[in-house]
Amino acid sequence: MAKDILTKPKAFYDNFHRKPDQNKQDTHYCPGCGHGILHKMIAEAIDDFEIADRTIMISPVGCSVFVYYYFDTGNLQVAHGRAPAVATGYKRTHPEAIVISYQGDGDLAAIGGNNILQAANRGENITFFFVNNAIYGMTGGQMAPTTLLGQKTMTSPYGRKAEREGYPMRVLELLSSLEAPTYLERVALTDAKHLMKARAAVRKAIKTQIDGKGFSLIEVLSACPSGWRMTPTDAVAWISEKMEKTFPVGVYKDVIKDRKPNTWTRMLEKVPFEKYHEILELTGEPMEIEADMSSVLDIYKNPEILIAGFGGQGVLLLGQFLAEAGMRHCWNSSWIPSYGPEMRGGTANCHVKISEKRIGSPIVAKPSILIAMNLPSLDKFEPLLKPGGLLIYNTTMISRAPSRNDIEILPIPATKMADQLESLRVANMVVAGAIQEKTKLFDEIILKDCLNTVVKHKNFIPLNLQAIDKGKEYVENFGK
Amino acid sequence: MPHIEISTENCKGCGLCIHICPVSAIEFAKEINKLGYHPARYKGDGCTGCTLCFYTCPEPSAITVYRKS
Ligand SMILES: Cc1ncc(C[n+]2csc(CCOP(=O)(O)OP(=O)(O)O)c2C)c(N)n1
Ligand code: SF4
Ligand SMILES: [Mg+2]
Repeated sequence: MAKDILTKPKAFYDNFHRKPDQNKQDTHYCPGCGHGILHKMIAEAIDDFEIADRTIMISPVGCSVFVYYYFDTGNLQVAHGRAPAVATGYKRTHPEAIVISYQGDGDLAAIGGNNILQAANRGENITFFFVNNAIYGMTGGQMAPTTLLGQKTMTSPYGRKAEREGYPMRVLELLSSLEAPTYLERVALTDAKHLMKARAAVRKAIKTQIDGKGFSLIEVLSACPSGWRMTPTDAVAWISEKMEKTFPVGVYKDVIKDRKPNTWTRMLEKVPFEKYHEILELTGEPMEIEADMSSVLDIYKNPEILIAGFGGQGVLLLGQFLAEAGMRHCWNSSWIPSYGPEMRGGTANCHVKISEKRIGSPIVAKPSILIAMNLPSLDKFEPLLKPGGLLIYNTTMISRAPSRNDIEILPIPATKMADQLESLRVANMVVAGAIQEKTKLFDEIILKDCLNTVVKHKNFIPLNLQAIDKGKEYVENFGK
Repeated sequence: MPHIEISTENCKGCGLCIHICPVSAIEFAKEINKLGYHPARYKGDGCTGCTLCFYTCPEPSAITVYRKS
């Protein structure tokens, strides 16, 4: 494996484009900073495993925020301490990717402490490099959770004292008490022996992920000559003499051999078609659906729907119902509720998107269909409706006429109609029927079958069906 | 013969390579580079190709080690 020529690894860009002058080849790190040493070890391992084109480096907040300037891989820069959450999301949706989270001690142990704890406890199949330099380097040398007792920093000017600032936090010791992690080791970027151990640990941690064996984290004791106000060589000596006393190097957990390959990859299981039927409690025979909006009028295609009213009007459920119907047609569909303390008596609303294309954001900023169940909702959301969009409003609760004249308007006494069915609670399904009759978006059998999924008490299904039909009839006769 | 090459303009003169080299084959140059440091300089002989300077050097572009010729 020993190469004849050891030079800048290919996983680095040739030129590090950063302002003000481009085409630099040096890093932004201070002389003697441990970050650069670790970068090289990671880059070398990426080369040797030939994984550059499927690696995602995650840059934290801290001095290593610019990891993406250097690594010719996929890159994500994330909010302070949130790398484990973002890494989890990325890895679970792209299990073939090699996700490397690179974090400092302020990032990982302070603001992101719970993030790393949860990711470790879930045993995410991700590689974490945790740079412990006992300080917040980037912001000018403040105390970190890992700052040593007695260590002077900008915010512990008399030296850290346990009774005042607490003890240095030993992250590896904490994580090693968990069941899920596969491989945990602490290394130090100091002398020949320690450097070679660090290099081996970097490779082993990445290999653990490649093999689908789960969570690995390497804590790297790393010099910050600037923050420590030392020369680079003194800083390295300080790691050996001081830091290692508090943070002993070594392997804290290694169950790599006990873990079967690819058992922690969390590939999404493909659910067989017949299973859907069972999971969604569908009635009738399973059928393949030709999802197609070609017969729907252009203005109603791929609708972005905002449904608003007060809590108790079934606003959120109506949204779920439509989103569910979208899914059943094999379209993309999203639903997000927006409520808060308002749920009790105030206004509630939800955003629904149903689309033949992938949905970028579930937020409906400019609805193409607005359902206003009460006056405050009309006041608030009417201005947002797209020109040419459809407004359906509940005339039982809204006395004023809409003010826009560039939209299509469908007034419906939904609450009154529900009352005629002796249940105010089905006003939402009256509206569902109206939407369906107006837009002809859904296959009616499929739409009605969705009640089985969204209505909790099955004995209310007939009433809901009646309400849908009532809404449909109303629209059929509207304007006649 | 094993030897090293140092990219003068990409060295920040931290001295870690000088410190770690088991045969003291590296020293600081007298001149000051564009970055404003005295960069490391290979003395010209003595290198055994052990690669330690490469691994202790924080700058990706600064040191190349030729282990054989
Ligand atoms: C949400 C948020 N809080 C605080 C900051 C300020 N901040 C920037 S870097 C940093 C600490 C970095 O320390 P560490 O993670 O140890 O990285 P190092 O620079 O030491 O490598 C802080 C607190 C921020 N950018 N964002
Ligand atoms: S402040 Fe410290 S951690 Fe940041 S680049 Fe300088 S030496 Fe490295
Ligand atoms: Mg730090």
